[in-house]
Amino acid sequence: MDILGIPIQALMGQLMLGIVNGSFYAVLSLGLAIIFGVLKIVNFAHGAFFMVGAFTAFLLAQYMGANYWMTLLLAPLLVALFGMAFEFLFLRRLYGLDPIYGLLLTFSLVLVLEGGFRVAFGSSGQPFATPELLRGTINLGFMILPLYRGFVIVAALVLCLATWYVIERTSLGANLRAATERSELTQAFGVNVPRLITLTYGVGVGLAAFAGVLAAPIFHVNPAMGSSLVIIIFAVVVIGGLGSIMGAIVTGLGLGVVEGFTRVFYSEFSSTIVFLVMVLVLLLRPAGLFGREEG
Amino acid sequence: MPAKNSLKTLVVSSAVLSLGGLSSAMASNGFSDDVVRIGVLTDMSGIYTDLSGEAAVEAVRMAVEDFGGEVGGVPIEVIHGDHRNRADTGASRAREWYDNDGVDMINDLSNSGVALAVAAVADERQRHAISNSASNIGLTNDYCSPYVTHYTYDAYSLAQGTGKTIVEDGGDTWFFLTVDFAFGIGLEEQVSEVVREAGGQVVGAARHPLDTTDFSSYALQAQASGAEIIGIASTGADAINAINALAEFGVSPDQRPAALLLWYDDIVSLGLDTAQGLMLTNAFYWDANDETREFSQRFYERTGRMPNMAHAGNYSSTMHYLNAVEAAGSDDPDAVSEKMRELEINDFFASGGYIRPNGRMVHDQYLWEVKSPDESEYDYDFLRLVNTIPGEEAFQPLEKSTCHLLNGNGCPAIRARPWPGTSLHSSLAL
Amino acid sequence: MRSLSATLLALGLLALLAVPFFPELVYSIFIMKTLCFVLFACAFNLLLGHTGILSFGHAAFFGTGAYVTGLLVKYYGVPTELGILAGGLVAAALGAIIGALAIRRSGIYLAMITLALSQLVFFFFLQAPFTGAEDGLQRIPRGTFLGIVDLRNDTALYYVVLGIVAVGLWLVWRTVNSPFGHVLRAIREHEPRAISLGYPVARYKVLVFTISAGLSGIAGALKAIVFQLAALYDAHWHTSGDVILMTLMGGMSTVFGPAVGAALVSALNHYLDPFGAWVTVITGLVFMTCVLTFRQGVVGQLNQLLRSRRLSAPDAKVDARPRTNHQ
Repeated sequence: MDILGIPIQALMGQLMLGIVNGSFYAVLSLGLAIIFGVLKIVNFAHGAFFMVGAFTAFLLAQYMGANYWMTLLLAPLLVALFGMAFEFLFLRRLYGLDPIYGLLLTFSLVLVLEGGFRVAFGSSGQPFATPELLRGTINLGFMILPLYRGFVIVAALVLCLATWYVIERTSLGANLRAATERSELTQAFGVNVPRLITLTYGVGVGLAAFAGVLAAPIFHVNPAMGSSLVIIIFAVVVIGGLGSIMGAIVTGLGLGVVEGFTRVFYSEFSSTIVFLVMVLVLLLRPAGLFGREEG
Repeated sequence: MPAKNSLKTLVVSSAVLSLGGLSSAMASNGFSDDVVRIGVLTDMSGIYTDLSGEAAVEAVRMAVEDFGGEVGGVPIEVIHGDHRNRADTGASRAREWYDNDGVDMINDLSNSGVALAVAAVADERQRHAISNSASNIGLTNDYCSPYVTHYTYDAYSLAQGTGKTIVEDGGDTWFFLTVDFAFGIGLEEQVSEVVREAGGQVVGAARHPLDTTDFSSYALQAQASGAEIIGIASTGADAINAINALAEFGVSPDQRPAALLLWYDDIVSLGLDTAQGLMLTNAFYWDANDETREFSQRFYERTGRMPNMAHAGNYSSTMHYLNAVEAAGSDDPDAVSEKMRELEINDFFASGGYIRPNGRMVHDQYLWEVKSPDESEYDYDFLRLVNTIPGEEAFQPLEKSTCHLLNGNGCPAIRARPWPGTSLHSSLAL
Repeated sequence: MRSLSATLLALGLLALLAVPFFPELVYSIFIMKTLCFVLFACAFNLLLGHTGILSFGHAAFFGTGAYVTGLLVKYYGVPTELGILAGGLVAAALGAIIGALAIRRSGIYLAMITLALSQLVFFFFLQAPFTGAEDGLQRIPRGTFLGIVDLRNDTALYYVVLGIVAVGLWLVWRTVNSPFGHVLRAIREHEPRAISLGYPVARYKVLVFTISAGLSGIAGALKAIVFQLAALYDAHWHTSGDVILMTLMGGMSTVFGPAVGAALVSALNHYLDPFGAWVTVITGLVFMTCVLTFRQGVVGQLNQLLRSRRLSAPDAKVDARPRTNHQ
């Protein structure tokens, strides 16, 4: 059966791959949205933390003999700690100023991180083995899907929903949301807002690092792996509505699907279509698809 | 007052610019005839590092040392640079080397985009450039020059070797996975021609950026095309990732991958289990005969790896250049050019090899097949010789070349072709 | 004071003018490349420093200038000076379009729109057959300037480039120091007040976008002629990032601060090049330091130092109000 001249098998196959990519976008945009919502900073280093996460997993596996599951747990934690240190020592100093400085500082962090890893490892990728348990494929009928990619979808969704739950339904999340809207008042209620902010940055970049570990067996571990992703993630978060958690997740997945679709009909455009969508959304629905207009 | 501040800053900027320029002074040498300087311009940090990189520089150094370290009483120097797989970086480096650093010959030039750009600079500055690792045949067509030599191999010979054999073997329908720059596009074009000439059909092609790691969507596209042969017009890590992805996504038994440019090093990365049965057209193999083994052993001792055809070409071409310089009695580019095209090349790399007027170095090419793990008897025993393609057959016939030198016309014409060596015309003409 | 800066300026200009005569000291092509970025950065700063608009897609204009000029000069035999002019004009037109779309939002959203639109422009250049995609538009002939000066001579080319950049910089200076520039500053400082005073703010913004884009296009065109090559990197968002870096390092509150930033970054890239990826690390560290402590950039910091020195003199006029509003 054909849709618009394309066999449905091919279409479903690309859509499936699109959902896999969308899972990455969802986890990454979630982290970025959280950071923007609370710190009001556009974390340009998000792609770099993604890359650092992958490298941390690689190094843990290489030098500590850690297995995949351990790296999936440890790498995000380590990167989160690093992120929190960065926030505490440097980012914090820019809070009263024009938001452009936050953007520029994180931009400079990208140069340091990407350059640093390139000095240490060169530009070519390090291979990263798929975990034993997840090797193999499942036959979905319209395509053969490697098990690992299916796992990526599941892991990403679980993490996104868990994060959403914590933010929207728990008291910690309530504190966070309160701190976002009225930080002095929240502080007056005894909540340690600065600490909450540091924690948030850590969680945000930890999410990016988690995505990096997920990506390592598929994209191979190289210093540039986050570089082209970062502007796409920005676009996703802007389309979803800066600061909207659900918006980031849904838009991330949605973009994966849209890209997959585009790949069937006009494959060269698949990595650019997100920007077209962003321009349209920004002009027609200024606050993003799920956002609320902020001051 | 803004005006005064602006003046001040303009002053500071002028000073910084000039000061910046001053400190470069200490680093560079003016052009001098008291040294023959060879610059090895290669990929030292990117995807093709393992295929050329530092080892290519070593190969050139070996040649210089074996030659005696000096020619005509003048020392020979070897410097190196990284083109980062970008044509603009490579071209500016070449320009600076020729203008400022007295480089007489640039070698290696892995990456076809860089090679073409540097060929243009070499032609303009009238200095020598030799490409050993790039494949685009534009170097001997639109971008030909008395000072540019295309050594080792090219896309035409790959098509004649691997391409033709697979087509004759029954591979009728082709789908290409092409890396999106001069190399991939040129290779796709040459093989497509061979396919069509043999009565086959090119069903489609998917272009991917250099250094792609995730080939999943391309694998699906290849599957959907239903083509018998999936031609992989890329090399190094790209080709390896593509082959692995095709295996992972269960490309059907009716479809087979054909790696159009495989290097010895790619076999090492893939491992014999995955690579067995693959064909490669390579101009050199370390284990071919006693002479190649002798060279390769020495190379191995210096670099810890066996040389591939580009490394061997780097050595051989440097030797040939130095022989030409010696015969000409100077490093004057025109005199050397004449000698290079006059003298024959007889070493472990080629016997009876020579350079055509359009810069094409002609010598026999070889078709190899990768052994299975059982067949491999000792370390690095990977390949079995299937066929020898005589030089005259392996390379584009002179009548078909669009090189202006062949018409006796001395002035380079600027042609409206975006990618030389392909038939992709822009609709613009001069 | 005036005589001091005038003397320094004259010396600096003299140094620049003397460059081609000292090929052993300095590589004129490197200086020419730096001059292109000087113009690019100063043009960019018309938006950032003087109007308070952060554009994250300025590479689109730089790249457009490079490709349009390359295309016209190589395939249509257009004389070089007209080619450069055309490159600038097309970039300016693009600037008007992108500006008109972007200014409907503000702040980070505006920056994102410029990024998105420049990505679309990048895609166009990636796909268009005449650009040669990854290989770039190569062998662009240098041609002649006004039919008289043969630009294949590097020395002649140098003076032509220097002249054009000087004119471009003068235009930037003139734009800032004009009633138009005053309104731009008003928009930067307090836009609602500017609107309430009756200024057609949107029109001003589009106009400054256009001028900034046009001059950036000229910078790109010049670079294409010097290197005889227009590459995708010229339109890549990394180049947009580069120019922001240069501007901040030099100082966005001054007219020519970005010029110093451009010179610094170019010098860093050029001389540290043998060290490969260390350039990126060092540039990042320098930038980080600038953002954390030297937010006025090199020139801004220098200005402040000189001003405080002057203030401590006994008969100095006390003007303690900080000149810059970006602290």
